[in-house]
Amino acid sequence: MRMTLPIFLQNLANGILLGGLYALIAIGYSMVYGILRLINFAHGDIFMMGTYFAFYGITLFFLPWWLAFVFAIIGAGILGFLIDRIAYKPLRNAPRISALITAIGMSIFLESLAVVIFGGIPKSFAPPRIYPKFFSKMLQIGSIRVQILTFFILGITALLITFLIWFVYKTKIGMAMRAISTDIATTALMGVNVDFVIGITFAIGSALAGAGGILWAMKYPNVNPYMGFMPGLKAFIAAVIGGIGSIQGAMLGGFLLGMIEIMLVAFFPRFAGYRDIFAFIILILILMYKPSGILGAKLEEKV
Amino acid sequence: MRKLKFLIIAFVVLLSIVSIAAETIKIAAVLPLTGAVAAYGQQGKQGILLANEMFPEVLGKKIEVVFIDTKSEKAETANAVARAIDYEKVNAIIGELISGNSLAGGAVADKKKVPMVSPASTNPLVTQGKKYMFRVCFIDPFQGKIAAKFAYNNLGARNVIIFTDIEQDYCVGLANFFKKTFKTFGGSIYEEYYRTGDQDFSAQLTDALSRNPDVLYIPGYYTEIALIARQARQFGFNGPILAGDGAEAQQLIEIGGDAVNDVYYTTHYHPDAAQTDIAKVFVEKFKEKYGERPSAMSALNFDAYLIIYDAIKRAGSADREEITKALRATKRFEGVTGVIKMGADGNPIKSAVINKVENGEFKFVTVVNP
Repeated sequence: MRMTLPIFLQNLANGILLGGLYALIAIGYSMVYGILRLINFAHGDIFMMGTYFAFYGITLFFLPWWLAFVFAIIGAGILGFLIDRIAYKPLRNAPRISALITAIGMSIFLESLAVVIFGGIPKSFAPPRIYPKFFSKMLQIGSIRVQILTFFILGITALLITFLIWFVYKTKIGMAMRAISTDIATTALMGVNVDFVIGITFAIGSALAGAGGILWAMKYPNVNPYMGFMPGLKAFIAAVIGGIGSIQGAMLGGFLLGMIEIMLVAFFPRFAGYRDIFAFIILILILMYKPSGILGAKLEEKV
Repeated sequence: MRKLKFLIIAFVVLLSIVSIAAETIKIAAVLPLTGAVAAYGQQGKQGILLANEMFPEVLGKKIEVVFIDTKSEKAETANAVARAIDYEKVNAIIGELISGNSLAGGAVADKKKVPMVSPASTNPLVTQGKKYMFRVCFIDPFQGKIAAKFAYNNLGARNVIIFTDIEQDYCVGLANFFKKTFKTFGGSIYEEYYRTGDQDFSAQLTDALSRNPDVLYIPGYYTEIALIARQARQFGFNGPILAGDGAEAQQLIEIGGDAVNDVYYTTHYHPDAAQTDIAKVFVEKFKEKYGERPSAMSALNFDAYLIIYDAIKRAGSADREEITKALRATKRFEGVTGVIKMGADGNPIKSAVINKVENGEFKFVTVVNP
C-alpha cells in the first residue's frame, strides 16, 4: 500500500463517482420496498433493459443520443409498470415470500429474454457512436483527474432526488404512496386507487433504474444481458445500509458503499479481487446489528 | 385434442427411430455461448459449423454436432458435459474454451471416459493427470515466457504492472509464468488484482499509475482488458499494454475504442500468417460463409473438430476408447493454426504469434517458434 494526499484525493473522486451511480439505482429499489415491502430483484434487470433500449434507440432508430436516453427511461418506466401488473399485482394478498420468489423469477426471465432477443455477446456503449466524446474527457483539478461524466452523473442524481422528494411529500400521488406504505387496506377504503399508485411507484422506480443503467453504461461501456445483476445487488446493499424504504437513506447508502469499495481497494490492493465479498459482509453486518439501516425507521417486519 | 396428442407422440417416436437408424456420430460442442466470454463461444461455433460443413462425414456416417451453452460458468460447464455424455450420448466432446471451465468440465469427461478436446484452454492444469483430456493450443508456461521476452526486448519494458483476475485459473497461471521469466531478466513487477465482471478499476489504476509503469500486462479476457485500457488511458497512461490470447475478440475493439490501440497480445493464429495448406482454404471458406476474416478462436475450434475427425478416421472407429488412443497418437496433424504433434501429456507442441491492435484492427506482428 502507498497512500499520499494526491492519491487519496483521487480515490475520493473515484468513490464519489461510483457512489453516485449506486445511489441512483438504490433509490428505485428503496421506493418499491418502502411501499410494498417487496424486494424487487428484477430492478437490476430493468436497469439492463433500459440500457438496451437506449442502445437500440441510437443504433437502430438513429435517434439523437439525448432523445434516445429520454425514450429509454420512459420505456424502462413502462416496463416496470407492466411487470407490476403482470407479475406482482395478482400476488398482492399472497404471502410476502411468494412475491419475493416471483421477483427472482422475473429477474431470470428478463435476463433470458435479453439473451434471446439481444444476444449474449456484449454491446459497446462507447463514444463517439453512442454519445458525444465530450463526456468521457478528463478534467485536471490540481493533481486529480475527474471525468466530465462524473459531474453529469452527480447533477442528474441530485436533480432526480430533489424531484422525488418533492413528488413524494408535496403531491397527491406522493401522499397516497406514503399512505399505502403504512396501511394498504385502509388507504383503499379511503377511495385511493391503490393499484394505480403502486403501478406509478414501479414506473418511477424503474425509470430511475433505466437512467442509472444508461449512466452506468456511459461510464463502463459494456452492455450485456447480465450487466444488471451485480449493480442490482450492490444497490440493494446500498439501500439496506441507508435504511431500506427511505429515499435519502438510499442516496447516503449508495455514496457510502461506493466510497467503502474504492477505499478498500486503495488501502488494501491485495484484496481488490474480493471487493464484492466485502460488500456482502457489510450487508450481513448491517442486517445483524442495525437492520433498520442508518436513516430507516424502525419496522416490525423485515425480509 | 386427443388426436393431436396422438399425432405428436407418433411423430416423436418416428423421429427417434429415424435417428437411431441413421447412425450418426455425435460430437458435443460445449461452449460459452452466453455470459462473460460469449464472444469466444460465438466465434468458436462459427469455426465448428464451417468444419462440419467441409467435413460432414467419416467412416460413411454423418457427423452431428450438438451445441451446449455453458453461460461462461464453471458449474454450468460441468453440467453441460454430463448432459452431453449421459443424455446426448456423444462420441467425443469439443470444449470448453476458457481454462477454468475446461478444468470443471474436463474432470467430468475424464471420469466418464469420454475424449474431450479443448480448442483454447491454455492453463497447464487442464490436461494434467487426465487420460481423456486434450487440447489443440499451446500452454501458458510457453505463452508467459514469450510475452515476458517480448515485453523486455521489443517493448523495452523494465517496470511492468500485472493486472491479475483472481477468478480465472488462466489469468493467475499466465501472470505467474510471465513473472518468472521477466524477473530472471532483472525487470521489476508489481501486481494489481480484479475479478471477472468488475467494471470499475479506478482504485487499482490510481495505485498502479503512481508507480510509473512502462507496460501494463493484463493476461485476462477481452471485456476487462477493454475496460482497464479505457480507464487507464483516461488516467493518462499512454504506454503499450500487453495481453495474452484472451484479448482477441471484436468486442475488445468495440468496447475499448481508441484506448486499445497499442495493445499487443500473444496468440495462436493470424490469417496473414497461414502456415499450412488447409489454413489458406480455411481463410477463403470462412470469408465466403461469414463475410469476415477468421479469428484465432474460430481457427482453434475448427482444428479441434478436425483433429477429432482425423482421429476417428485413423482409428477406423467412433468408439470413445479408440478415439482417445488415436488422439494421443497424433504425430503430424496439419491444422489451421499450425502443425500439431500431440505430446504424451495431451498438450500439443506448436508455434505462437504476436498480434497488436492498430486503428481498430488486429495486425500481425511476428511468429515465435517453440
